[in-house]
Amino acid sequence: MSDTVIPYMVKPHPVTGIPNGKFGIWLFLASEVMLFGALFSSYVLIRTGAPHWPPEGGLSSEILNVPLATLNTGILITSSITMVLAWASCKLGELPKFKLWMGATILLSFGFLIVKYFEYSHKFELGHYPSHDNFYAVYFTLTGLHGVHILGGIVVNSYLLGPGSKLWATDREHFTNRVENAGLYWHFVDLVWIFLFPCLYLL
Amino acid sequence: MTETAQESSHHESPHESPAEFKKHLSRYYVVFVALLCLTGITVGVSYLKLNRPLAITVALIIASIKAGLVAGVFMHLLDEKKVIYAVLLLTALFFLLLMLLPSLTILEVFKST
Repeated sequence: MSDTVIPYMVKPHPVTGIPNGKFGIWLFLASEVMLFGALFSSYVLIRTGAPHWPPEGGLSSEILNVPLATLNTGILITSSITMVLAWASCKLGELPKFKLWMGATILLSFGFLIVKYFEYSHKFELGHYPSHDNFYAVYFTLTGLHGVHILGGIVVNSYLLGPGSKLWATDREHFTNRVENAGLYWHFVDLVWIFLFPCLYLL
Repeated sequence: MTETAQESSHHESPHESPAEFKKHLSRYYVVFVALLCLTGITVGVSYLKLNRPLAITVALIIASIKAGLVAGVFMHLLDEKKVIYAVLLLTALFFLLLMLLPSLTILEVFKST
């Protein structure tokens, strides 16, 4: 075991006024804004430069499956409140409730990916791969990257629900902070989808 | 690292009592319902077949309201430390620059023709 321990994981850092973990996750989210921002900017550039969007004609809402995407929006919004309730349960000292809400969050995350699987499968059956045209390139890049973020969230949340929850027995506040940081990430993933949904499916 | 060793054995009491904290939970449910309603409105408006500039404006306004609710309430940005606001201000400036890039590119095209 290493003797090196990251300081100020529970108490606020005297300079920033917040624990280091929280400051770190916000810096990470700032970099994520740049990542998705660059892709959104590219999307705007490609779209405004195209004579027609989608290139093969019609409307985005006719090509993509709006009911499934609406369902996925509902799933992600629901997972956001279950995540915040998981954190609130920690703050109230109720570990069983935390496990219930975190379990629900993970289940909903898998639900989102299953719906996405059906969406992608249908497109592949029609022979619509990212190389089909710019519309599908943008669609698969943005939703694919977002899907990878969902996977990342599942890994972190599963850790906190499983082996990571042992920390509760020794340092509740530290564990609660970890759940809060995972929550900040998860809400950001929801926030990205809030913009992806209308931009890709409805407009 | 005595500071951390002290931290791990020291559980700070929350700033609010559990009863006070529970009062705040209701706002999460309100935001949840509002987000679902706004999603319904976004989809509903798309069936009105508005002209594209108006449709884009309306959709982005609704999306921004939803994003504001998520960031403000779920991510607790309504009540955060200054350092986070400072980080986000910088992020917003660079994000704005990124969004302006397509327009700048168009200007460059005009210059070269």
